[in-house]
Amino acid sequence: MSLSKTRKSPVAGEQEKVSFLSSLFDLLRRQSVFSLLCLVIFLLLILAAISAPLITPQNPYDNAQVDFFDANLAPGSMSGDGRFVYLLGSDALGRDLYSAILYGLRTSLSISGIAALLALAIGTLAGLAAAYFRGMTDTLIMRAVDIKLGFPTILVAMVIMSIFGAGYFNLVIALVLAQWPYYARTARSVALVQMGQEYIEAARCLELPVHRLILVHLLPNSLPPLLVVFTLQLAHAAAIEASLSFLGLGVSIEAPSLGLLIANGSKEILSGHAWQLIYPGLALVLLIFTVNIVGDRLRRILNPKERG
Amino acid sequence: MAAYLLQRLIQAIFVLLLVSLLIFMGVYAIGDPIELLVSPDSTVEDIERARAALGLDQPIWTQYRIYLIGLLQGDLGDSFVYNQPTIQLILQRLPATVELGLVAFFFALVMGIPLGLIAGYYADKWADHAIMNGSIFAFSLPNFWQGLLFILFFSVWLNWLPAGDRGEVDQFLGVGSSLATADGWRHIFLPAFNLALFNAALIVRLTRSSIQEVMSSEYIRYARAKGLSNRRILLRHAFRNIQIPLVTVLGLELGNLLAYGIITETVFDWPGMGQLLINSIRLNDRPVIVGYLLVVVAMFILINVVVDVLYTLLDPRIKISGSKS
Repeated sequence: MSLSKTRKSPVAGEQEKVSFLSSLFDLLRRQSVFSLLCLVIFLLLILAAISAPLITPQNPYDNAQVDFFDANLAPGSMSGDGRFVYLLGSDALGRDLYSAILYGLRTSLSISGIAALLALAIGTLAGLAAAYFRGMTDTLIMRAVDIKLGFPTILVAMVIMSIFGAGYFNLVIALVLAQWPYYARTARSVALVQMGQEYIEAARCLELPVHRLILVHLLPNSLPPLLVVFTLQLAHAAAIEASLSFLGLGVSIEAPSLGLLIANGSKEILSGHAWQLIYPGLALVLLIFTVNIVGDRLRRILNPKERG
Repeated sequence: MAAYLLQRLIQAIFVLLLVSLLIFMGVYAIGDPIELLVSPDSTVEDIERARAALGLDQPIWTQYRIYLIGLLQGDLGDSFVYNQPTIQLILQRLPATVELGLVAFFFALVMGIPLGLIAGYYADKWADHAIMNGSIFAFSLPNFWQGLLFILFFSVWLNWLPAGDRGEVDQFLGVGSSLATADGWRHIFLPAFNLALFNAALIVRLTRSSIQEVMSSEYIRYARAKGLSNRRILLRHAFRNIQIPLVTVLGLELGNLLAYGIITETVFDWPGMGQLLINSIRLNDRPVIVGYLLVVVAMFILINVVVDVLYTLLDPRIKISGSKS
């Protein structure tokens, strides 16, 4: 069952992008208003992260714009120069917390987004190749997948980061290495079913080149379950990014990150500046929760047998 | 059964060798630990002498060979930082980690199974929706932040429970444990709850989907026809048959407890193996990092074997043979 089928447009049309998003809206609206709300909040978070420099009063990572004398101001305080209000307060370095959260959200979203997309691409190709070629290729790929799946993702990412050291791209690589097996496993099992279908046999009789058969015929029909894996892994990637950054194993220490903001906030736990701990965490939870809800509802829609 | 165990043993040795090689090479690539170990004002000769004393002047293959020979004798090398055998360091901290994990697992079961039963029994009613959305919320809470909030609420604001450390430790079943003292229980409550929440969410979802499946089967319909009470059907007949799927994810759950335990231990300053790992990574204490990971991999292999054996005990229809991988 594909997303486009439920909209009764059997052929993916010219306006594929538009129809994808609107069919997503349509599907979720039928599930519940709540899930649609979560999708909207998630999209708003993306929008806020992208337009962060436009909708924040300062760039909290530019020292020239930060006033150290405004450190630890409670939410709602006016800045020392009277230019803006610290909506969510300021942190121990005098940074506007609201701005810092949006900049941190940028890092979280871009790292987890890039990592999830790369893992999706690599894992899907590996899974499709395993299903198409079978034999030795299949055994090798699936053995690697099995070994990884024996260990929790966060542990694998932690070990890789302890070897690579902190940094933006190292974190992306660690997440991709830790997450591709989930896509490979799903892609393989879906593709194995597809391989028995007549259209694949027909494509084979036409002697289409292998890459064309896999990318043009096998891939589109295996996509919907992968979309579910993608959403859930995206949420997981954001959680891991923040956790590792909190431990000092994620992005480098001066980079904007929700995990690092929370780590800084945790140092203020005894000094009564609780907002520095609470707000960055709330932003992170809002992101992870909305993505998880959307993923969960998509899973229910696409696989009505397995409810819950 | 014997053939199966033998095969798993050979597999385990192979995996441990592979992991030791990978980790050893990886940790070797992190950089030179010597700079962190000698005092900043030491001379070049001092540094070279320290390097030679630790065997770091040898080529990597020689270092790995020496490490392997030690490993076969149960020696994981000495920590650079603590000047103690790694295995001793890890074993000292193992009880704290196991104790935290066990209490967390118990909390997770006590929260997860009843909620899952309710959600599955009242499928698609409001109670089900509330519990299921709650479980998604629970595993959307990053556990380090959730732990910090616990500290903020229960330790700082309400001052009910202590925020860190193990508390008073007394002999319990032959090992030092916090579970033997009231003070220890007060200390373990918050970290265990922190660690349990994620797993509880997992158990809720699993229990719900299994119970839903079981409730539509023939033997439940028969039990209903016999006029048994709902309570008896649910607890005596349905519950027995969801034990197998619950055991299936037991391995996954114990793995999560070990992995997320690292974060919980760091947040709550709990003196377990996970905290040791994070400190060792920060100090680049190679032997401890490699040693910890080998111990954890061995634990994972053991967990998987135990889960396989448990299957056969719970469901006599399942037989494990030497050919199963």
